[in-house]
Amino acid sequence: MTVATPQRTPAAPAAEPLATTYREAVREAIRAAMRADPRVFLMGEDVGRYGGCYAVSMGLLEEFGEGRIRDTPLSESTFVGAGIGAALGGMRPIVEIMTVNFSLLALDQILNNAATLLHMSGGLFNVPLVIRIATGGGRQLAAQHSHSLEGWYAHIPGIKVAVPGTVEDAGGMLAPALADPDPVLIFENALLYNASGPAPDPEHPVDLAHAAVRREGGDVSLLTYGGSLYKTLDAAERLAGEGIDAEVIDLRMLRPLDDATIMASVARTHRAVIVDEGWRSGGIAAEVAARITEQTFYDLDAPPERVCSAEVPLPYAKHMEEAALPSAERIVAAARKVTGRDG
Amino acid sequence: MSAPATLDRPHVHELLLDMVRIRRMEEMCAELYQATKIRGFLHLYIGEEAVAVGAMRALTADDAVVATYREHGHALIRGVPMGSILAEMYGKLEGCSRGRGGSMHLFDADTRFYGGNAIVGGGLPLAVGLALADKLQGRERVTACFFGDGATAEGEFHESMNLAALWRLPVLFLCENNLYGMGTAIERAQSETHLALKAAAYRVPAWDVDGMDVLATEATTRAAAEAVREGGGPHFVEYRTYRFRAHSMFDPELYRPKQEVAAWKERDPIERFRQRLRDAALLTDDEDAALERAAADEIEAAVAFAEAGTWEDPAELERFVYSDPSPAKGVAP
Repeated sequence: MTVATPQRTPAAPAAEPLATTYREAVREAIRAAMRADPRVFLMGEDVGRYGGCYAVSMGLLEEFGEGRIRDTPLSESTFVGAGIGAALGGMRPIVEIMTVNFSLLALDQILNNAATLLHMSGGLFNVPLVIRIATGGGRQLAAQHSHSLEGWYAHIPGIKVAVPGTVEDAGGMLAPALADPDPVLIFENALLYNASGPAPDPEHPVDLAHAAVRREGGDVSLLTYGGSLYKTLDAAERLAGEGIDAEVIDLRMLRPLDDATIMASVARTHRAVIVDEGWRSGGIAAEVAARITEQTFYDLDAPPERVCSAEVPLPYAKHMEEAALPSAERIVAAARKVTGRDG
Repeated sequence: MSAPATLDRPHVHELLLDMVRIRRMEEMCAELYQATKIRGFLHLYIGEEAVAVGAMRALTADDAVVATYREHGHALIRGVPMGSILAEMYGKLEGCSRGRGGSMHLFDADTRFYGGNAIVGGGLPLAVGLALADKLQGRERVTACFFGDGATAEGEFHESMNLAALWRLPVLFLCENNLYGMGTAIERAQSETHLALKAAAYRVPAWDVDGMDVLATEATTRAAAEAVREGGGPHFVEYRTYRFRAHSMFDPELYRPKQEVAAWKERDPIERFRQRLRDAALLTDDEDAALERAAADEIEAAVAFAEAGTWEDPAELERFVYSDPSPAKGVAP
C-alpha cells in the first residue's frame, strides 16, 4: 500500500533527497549503527532468518551474523530483560517487539527495571537500551495485534517515547536513541512501513526533543503523531478547500512532550484538535489537552477537541475497524467544530 | 561433583565471621526497625547465612551479582560497606543507593552488585543479559543470580533458564529454597518441589545442597562456578535452607508450626559450624570472642555512620529519572 507522504517543513534542502520507504529507512539505520559501533546488536522474535515480522531486518543476519542478529524464543519478558542486562553490561542493544500488544508481557521489565533502575539505585546504573515496537491498527488484525499503547508508555518516567511518523524520522531517530544514556522506546506504526518519502539526511540529524511543524496554518492547530500524521495532513488539505488554514504539528516524542512548540502553535491559531490512535480516556490526547488548557487557556477561542479511537477492542471486520479508528473525516469535523464552521 | 573445601584455620574463621557479621547486623536491623529508624519492608536473612557466605566465595571481583529483596547479607559479603548498607535502610544520602532504594534495593557499582530486585523473578532476565554482554564482548566473567524458591513458579524463571541454556551464557543460577514463598509452603505452590529438576529440564546442570552447611555451599558453588567459567553454560544450585524469622516485620507467622521452626533452628548454620570447629580444635574461646567483638565493632561503627548521615535535598527528587547531562554518556562496562 502507499500512503500520503508527510511534507517536510521548513522547506526541503536544495538537493532532492533520496526517496526510500519507512521500512528501509529503519533497516538502513540499524545497519549503519551496527557498522559504526560493535556494541550494537539486534534481538527479538524472528529478526534473523525470517527477516523480521515486517521485513525490517531482512538481510541483516547475512551481513552481521547470528552473534549480533539474534533470534529469540517467544519470551518477551526475558529477552527485554536481557536487553536491560546487556545494556548494564556495556552493550547497546536494540530489542524488537513484534507488536505492541505483546509488549505487555515485558511490561514488568520495562517499568520495574528499565525505567526505574537509575533512580532507584541513586544514579548508579543507567540503561542505554532501545526497544522498537510495532504499533497501530488498520490492518484487520483484530483486538490482540492492533492497539496503540504508546500513550500508556508515555505515562512512565524514566523512559523516552519516540513516535516517528515520517520516513525521515523512522530512520533518523535510531541514532540519537542509541546515543541516549537512558531507555528509548520507538513505536513504529505498522501501516507506515510501506510509506515512501525522503530518506534521513545525515547532514541534518534529527533529535529526540522537539515536535515538528509539518504544515503551517493560522486557523487551527492539529496535533498528532505516528500513524495518524498522514490522515491529519490529508484532513488539512480538505480543510484548505473549505477555507480553513490548518497547522499540523507532529509531536514526534510523547515523552518528553515538547510543550514549547505545542503552545506556540496554539497561541497563534487559538484552536486545537488532538488526533491520537489511542483510546480517549486517560490517553496522551488527554494529556496534551490538559497542558494546553493549563498553559494557553486565555489564548483559546474554543475548547480543545480530541479525535481518538473508539473505546473498544479493535474489531476484525474492515468497516468496523474503520469506524473505530480516527479518520480524515472525523478530523475535518473536529476542526470545523473548533473553528465554528460546523453550523 | 564437589571441590574440596579448604579447612585451614584462617579460612574457616573467615566463614564463621562472615556469617556472624550478617546475623548480628540483621539483629541490629530488627532493633532499629522497632526504634523506627528503619521503615518500609525489612526482610531478614537470619538462618540462611551459610548460603550467601559460601556462594560468594566462588566469585571474583570481576563477576556480577544479582540478588533479591532479602539481600542485606549478599551485599555485605560481596563487599558493600556495612555503613552504607545501614545508611541506605535509614534512607540517608550516604546509603549505597542514596536512600532511594531502602532495604530491598541495595546497589553498588564497585562490587558489580545489581540489586536488590523486589519483583520476584525479575532479576533473572537481567542476569541473563549481563552474561550475554560478557559473552558478546569475550569477557570471562560469571554473573551470579540469587533468587528464592518462589521465583521458580514465575514465567521469567522458565524463560531465563531456556534462554541462558540455549545461548550457553555464563550465569550461575543460585536458588535459595527456604520452603516458603512468603507464607505459602512450597508443596502448596509447586507441582515439582525438587527444584533442581526444573533447571535440569532445560538441560542446565543442576544439583541441590544442604544450605545450612557453609562448607557444602562453598564447595558446591565453587564447582558450579568453575564449570561456568570453563564455558559450560549456565549452572544451577538449589540450597535447602530455612528462614528463622518472619517473612517481613508485618508477618505474624500463622502459616508454619512452631515445632518446624524449632527443628530447623537446631540446624543453625552458625552454631553448628561453630561447634564443628571447636570439636576439630579449629576455634578457641578467645578466637570466638574476638570474632564476635569484631562484628560488634563493625556494627557499632556502621550504626554511627548511618546516624551521622544526611538527608538528600528534596530539590534532587527528580534527579536520576534520566541521566545527568554529561559529555561522556553511557555506563562503564
